[in-house]
Amino acid sequence: MTRPILRTALVFALLFIALLINVTIIQFVRVGDYRDRPGNQRVLLEEYDRERGPILVGSDPVARSVETGDTLRFLRTYSDGPLYAPVTGFYSIVYGATGLERQENRILNGKSDLFFIERTEQLFAGRQQLGGAVETTINDRAQRAAFEGLQGKIGAVVAIEPSTGRILASAQTPSFDPGILSSHDPSEIRAYYEALKADPDKPLLNRPIVSLNPPGSTFKLVTAAAALASGKFTADSVLPGPATYRLPETKTELRNWNRGPCAPGGKLTLAEALAVSCNTAFAWLGNELGAEALRRQSELMGFGTGFELPLRSATSRFPENPDAPQTALSAIGQFDVRATALQMAMVGAGIANAGAVMRPYLVQEIRAPDLTVLKTTEPEVFEQAMTEANAAALTEMMVGAVEQGTGSNARINGVSVAGKTGTAQTGNDRPSIAWFVAFAPANDPKVAVAVMIEESGVAEVSGNSLAAPIARAVMQAVLR
Amino acid sequence: MSSAARQAVEGVRQPNRRNIELGLLGGAWLIGTFGTIQVAWATTEGMNQRLWITIGAVVILSLGMHVTLRSRATYADPVLLPVATLLTILGLVMIYRIDVASALRAERNDAPIPTPDVYAQLTWFSVAVVLFIAVLILVPDHRRLQRFTYTFGLIGLVLLVLPLAPVIGTTVNGATLWIRVGGFSLQPAEVAKILLTVFFAGYLMEKRDSLSLVRTKFLGLGFPRLKDLGPIAIAWAVSLGVLVFQRDLGTSLLFFGLFVFMLYIATQRRSWLILGGFLFAIGAALSYLMFGHVRARVTIWIDPWAYADDSGYQIVQSLYGLANGGIFGAGLGQGFPNFVPFANTDFIVAAIGEELGLTGIFALLLLYALIVERGFRIAVSVRDSFGQLLAVGLSITLALQVFVIVGGVTKLIPLTGLTTPFLSYGGSSLIANWVIIALLLRISDRARRPDTTEAAPDEALTQVVRRV
Repeated sequence: MTRPILRTALVFALLFIALLINVTIIQFVRVGDYRDRPGNQRVLLEEYDRERGPILVGSDPVARSVETGDTLRFLRTYSDGPLYAPVTGFYSIVYGATGLERQENRILNGKSDLFFIERTEQLFAGRQQLGGAVETTINDRAQRAAFEGLQGKIGAVVAIEPSTGRILASAQTPSFDPGILSSHDPSEIRAYYEALKADPDKPLLNRPIVSLNPPGSTFKLVTAAAALASGKFTADSVLPGPATYRLPETKTELRNWNRGPCAPGGKLTLAEALAVSCNTAFAWLGNELGAEALRRQSELMGFGTGFELPLRSATSRFPENPDAPQTALSAIGQFDVRATALQMAMVGAGIANAGAVMRPYLVQEIRAPDLTVLKTTEPEVFEQAMTEANAAALTEMMVGAVEQGTGSNARINGVSVAGKTGTAQTGNDRPSIAWFVAFAPANDPKVAVAVMIEESGVAEVSGNSLAAPIARAVMQAVLR
Repeated sequence: MSSAARQAVEGVRQPNRRNIELGLLGGAWLIGTFGTIQVAWATTEGMNQRLWITIGAVVILSLGMHVTLRSRATYADPVLLPVATLLTILGLVMIYRIDVASALRAERNDAPIPTPDVYAQLTWFSVAVVLFIAVLILVPDHRRLQRFTYTFGLIGLVLLVLPLAPVIGTTVNGATLWIRVGGFSLQPAEVAKILLTVFFAGYLMEKRDSLSLVRTKFLGLGFPRLKDLGPIAIAWAVSLGVLVFQRDLGTSLLFFGLFVFMLYIATQRRSWLILGGFLFAIGAALSYLMFGHVRARVTIWIDPWAYADDSGYQIVQSLYGLANGGIFGAGLGQGFPNFVPFANTDFIVAAIGEELGLTGIFALLLLYALIVERGFRIAVSVRDSFGQLLAVGLSITLALQVFVIVGGVTKLIPLTGLTTPFLSYGGSSLIANWVIIALLLRISDRARRPDTTEAAPDEALTQVVRRV
């Protein structure tokens, strides 16, 4: 009977091999599929079972995990939820995570390879795995100034340290409370999230880095930079600035905001044109330079690139192949030019940093659970967008815009401020967008800021009245 | 001659390997102790006196079995006892770990803390050890069992249908496979599987000559005579009966598979396997068409995700758990094994897969494979046909059961409720599987013992006729 016994043994050997292959498929080959299934609470529960690392502003945790007596051992709490929501994002059992909570998840939950040594220790000591800390570049005072300034309006503020690209503030209104979304009560989470999603003002949108709008007159900074770069113009070049400018090949008349000529006699220098934000002069200038020159200058300053802060920004854009009238309109930040507040802050910061545009970043340091620094973000030049001399010239022009021109509300006693206003038309049915781009001190810039007000409820929209005061407050907060 | 004296005389020629067994047992104890300590630490419960007593009790109980083997089955296989002990220990560790999880959950929900199962399982283990020792003492030679072939067959059948009896029969979770006697729930099918294996071995020994006769040739294969189809037809009918009336897919499959494989081994006719497979296919198709519960099992097997919140919940949670374990596992005490309903019985393999990972499951399956391999080896080496059939039958019982339940939990085949040998919480199963080990050890002792007793005359005759 030996032979049938051996054959039977073979059958069972095959059955066992089938079992081994099958578990290998589940636990090794397709393990990711199972882990990523939406109904799998284990992954989240495991995350909630561990102390998630904090998100720090300075040395203060703005998001941290506190122990509960609950099935979910830890609760994620946010010290100033709406204030920091564009930075932290939320962390929810129902809707997953956004913001730094998402992008730095592997740091916060301690699963990053950076923690290899800690993990190995924990493995042998059988200790609970702890998450690492993410220290942001945010300046708490600047963030608060921005958020307070935005109250009652719909808009966003981004502030950057020009020399490094560190993001000092990234604020928005309306915002939301991530603390409610990370609660342990799914019905509460759902109700709140649905309400946020239904809100026409889109509080869940990360406005500072993804809301794209025509930059209006603040784009004249880019046009001016292109003019200086062309070598054909200096700050003192005289430009035509009549009351109206007929767009080439059309019968459309472009007007100045004051409905008159920009200067008596209809002629003025480039510096004066920027100070008074002369539409006719810049539209003319745009056509003189051509769409390609404008596009190249804008791309050197960050247009056409999506940045990873690590939060992913929307890509600001200069229109594809505009014709002559479209180029004229693009030169004053209208037509299809679209920019984020982040992008316009980068334009300001690049001019401030002697023409070197720094790559923006939001994470200063990654720290181990014991707070030793594991990784520090090194500042990195994105592009040298202008020569040092041209940047200095443009800075001087921007100082003029604040001291003698349209940006009077950004003045700070004892500090020289460089700035540019903007008021962009978005269409007949929607209110104009108020912009302000500035940096200070002009001679040794510590902060560049862009303010974008999408809606304010005010009938008379202007960058100087709505946006400049907020920019001033943010700059003062940094300089104090 | 006393066993000690015999050992002294023959020990030189035939090493009895009991010391190897003791060494391996030591390894099993160490693994169990480390496992217990790890669960205690990881769940922050900490070691306590009760756990140390449990570890001590397991050591004493397995030592008791070892000592019995030294005197009663000196030449028995040295691997079976340590491996089965290790599996039982793994089961105890995992049951303890799930107890801790249930207690924590109850605490969080302000519910009364459930009675831990691990101490009950320890009690069942001591009963199993007593029966293990009793079998080795009461059955000095496995061939004596042959005398009870028909008695065992009858008792086995009665036990199989017992859960259907009024008053004592109990239906749990849709399957009627329990009887309740004096406060204890028993699964008579667990005992029946041993009795029926003995019956099959004895019966097939007697009838195999006529059952291996070939009448019709079909597709180049010899098929049995029509009048010899009786036994397989009965086995098929009984299995279907179990499926229909007790709704127990697993047990039904186990008995039919066992019978067909033993029939094949006894007669050496592959046609029985083919016929068996054919009957199985018909039975499977019929039950799929006729019974909702079978259909439901298959539907869930094909797409459990569609039923993730209700009928497919168990298997989906099991798969999530396995995925959560990955290659090295979450670590003892660090997964969520109690997310899977029946984590400490049917789904204990999922719990092990979650906390010990793919590595743990491989080790586990290899331990089972080792037992089965030893069983087949014993079957090949023992000299009498009854012993061969019995050893192979007992090994098949174990192997089939492992395949059906592990395959079910890992979605290789549709899920059927069977206990996981040695691991699952539950007395009937633990005791029955330990009796199987005792019988295999008894046969292996016979196989390796220096030939002092003469073979039974009828046995010797059979050997001559059927040389193979």
